[in-house]
Amino acid sequence: MILETRTSADLPWSEVTPETIYRSRREFLRTGVAGITGAAVAVLAACGTADVAEAQTTLGFTPNPKYVATAADKLNTFEQITTYNNFYEFGSEKGDPAKYAGKLTVKPWTVKVDGLVSKPGNYGVEDLVDFKALEERVYRHRCVEAWSMVIPWIGVPLASVLNKVGPTPSAKFVEFTTLERPSEMPGQRTNILQWPYLEGLRMDEAMHPLAFMVVGLYGKVLPNQNGAPLRIHVPWKYGFKSGKSIVRIRFTDKQPLNTWQIAAPNEYGFYANVNPNVPHPRWSQAHERRLPNLFSNTPTQMFNGYADQVASLYTGMDLKKNF
Amino acid sequence: MRRLSVVVNAALASRAFYPIVWLACFTPGLLLGWRIYQAFTGADPSALGVNPTETLLHTTGRTALSLVLLTLTITPIRRLTGWNRLQSIRRTLGVWAFVYALSHVTCYVVFDQLGDIAGIWDDVANRPFITMGMLAFSILLVLAATSTNAAIRRLGRRWQRLHRLVYVAATAGIVHFVWGQKADIREPLEWAAYLAVLFAIRIGLAVRKRRRALQAAVTP
Repeated sequence: MILETRTSADLPWSEVTPETIYRSRREFLRTGVAGITGAAVAVLAACGTADVAEAQTTLGFTPNPKYVATAADKLNTFEQITTYNNFYEFGSEKGDPAKYAGKLTVKPWTVKVDGLVSKPGNYGVEDLVDFKALEERVYRHRCVEAWSMVIPWIGVPLASVLNKVGPTPSAKFVEFTTLERPSEMPGQRTNILQWPYLEGLRMDEAMHPLAFMVVGLYGKVLPNQNGAPLRIHVPWKYGFKSGKSIVRIRFTDKQPLNTWQIAAPNEYGFYANVNPNVPHPRWSQAHERRLPNLFSNTPTQMFNGYADQVASLYTGMDLKKNF
Repeated sequence: MRRLSVVVNAALASRAFYPIVWLACFTPGLLLGWRIYQAFTGADPSALGVNPTETLLHTTGRTALSLVLLTLTITPIRRLTGWNRLQSIRRTLGVWAFVYALSHVTCYVVFDQLGDIAGIWDDVANRPFITMGMLAFSILLVLAATSTNAAIRRLGRRWQRLHRLVYVAATAGIVHFVWGQKADIREPLEWAAYLAVLFAIRIGLAVRKRRRALQAAVTP
């Protein structure tokens, strides 16, 4: 595992990423040393580290030039991304995850792989994710609640993870289970949702190059409130499709149920593709609020702007029915 | 208890009482205004949180609802305690509830809908969550408009009947709150429980009144 530790003294999470430094590092990587892995840079940066207990863990990664911030998609700040979260395991207020997730134990972490798969078993995070191949992708994140952010994730294609365990040809769907640990997740002491949180994808969706397995954010190890140590991000779907803190990956030939569909089947479907033409029963999805904007004046794009890459997955499907 | 009543009634009669109530109603608005000021001058850019519109909507909505329920609490308290001067602040609370509801709706119209009438109409007509909110707001609008002394005189006995609609407004407001939640409806249910208690007290008082009237009728 290529995890380099780097001291940032006693800085809290909210202050660890001065954007200018972050950007300059990204720029440095993109321009000067495209061939050198970020890990090497991290090693240089790590010279002279001592205080392991207070160290922030920096990840080595290569920026993926296909998915970068643009004038239209400016990065949200680290603070915004880590203090405004829907992670009901920690409570239903947006600030709850940042407040309570610090107590979550993410080491050791085991992911159970089972179902229609050739290599079932219990895996560590490093067994599933090749930390030498980490890349950064800036993805638009569109919540079903009609707000959105732009986030620099660090991770690997989800397909690379699934290929390691070898789903059998009969596997048509994959189900992701989030950790259930009420002792560390106060939201799970209430029954506001059914626990553990379940999500699922069709195999061709999960194997699509855009589907991403995330282990980091802004060049650092993923903060707990964002789904550490292992979460999915499926950028053309509403945020709830992207399971966090994953402990089980199950391959199946039947379409699995997902938690929000169980909670309100008329409001949340299995597919949950971002679609401005299919309103949520309680609000329109035609526009979104690009946080921290006041105005909901960003037109929502079909498949969250990734239609050129994913629309073909749904050819011939009635997206109003399969919402 | 009787002594307490004397003290309370004296306090309610003091000249400071009305300004204090007025200021108390204004305080949530002042606090929010201060956060808006900090956010927009950059003194504290995160004063309104990552989603400022959501903060504005939630704060104004909650304040409006709590003032509506406070308005409805006045009469039961007065009837149960005899602190009759409380009645004088009911209108103030009600008008302030309308002011916060108006701010709430304005945020929705300006920030969510960008003033797009077609979009607003689509919401009101097709989304029960918005329909309920607009129903509550429309009632508060009518009640605020008929809250002047002149209107009270003009409407006579009909005024009281009209203003009983505040119960419908409170109920619609809470339903709007419940339907606005994705899954966690515990908070609006607490408000609903409070409203249910107010209803129960009102019914109890009405039953007692009727019984006394009946008794008075049969005793020569």
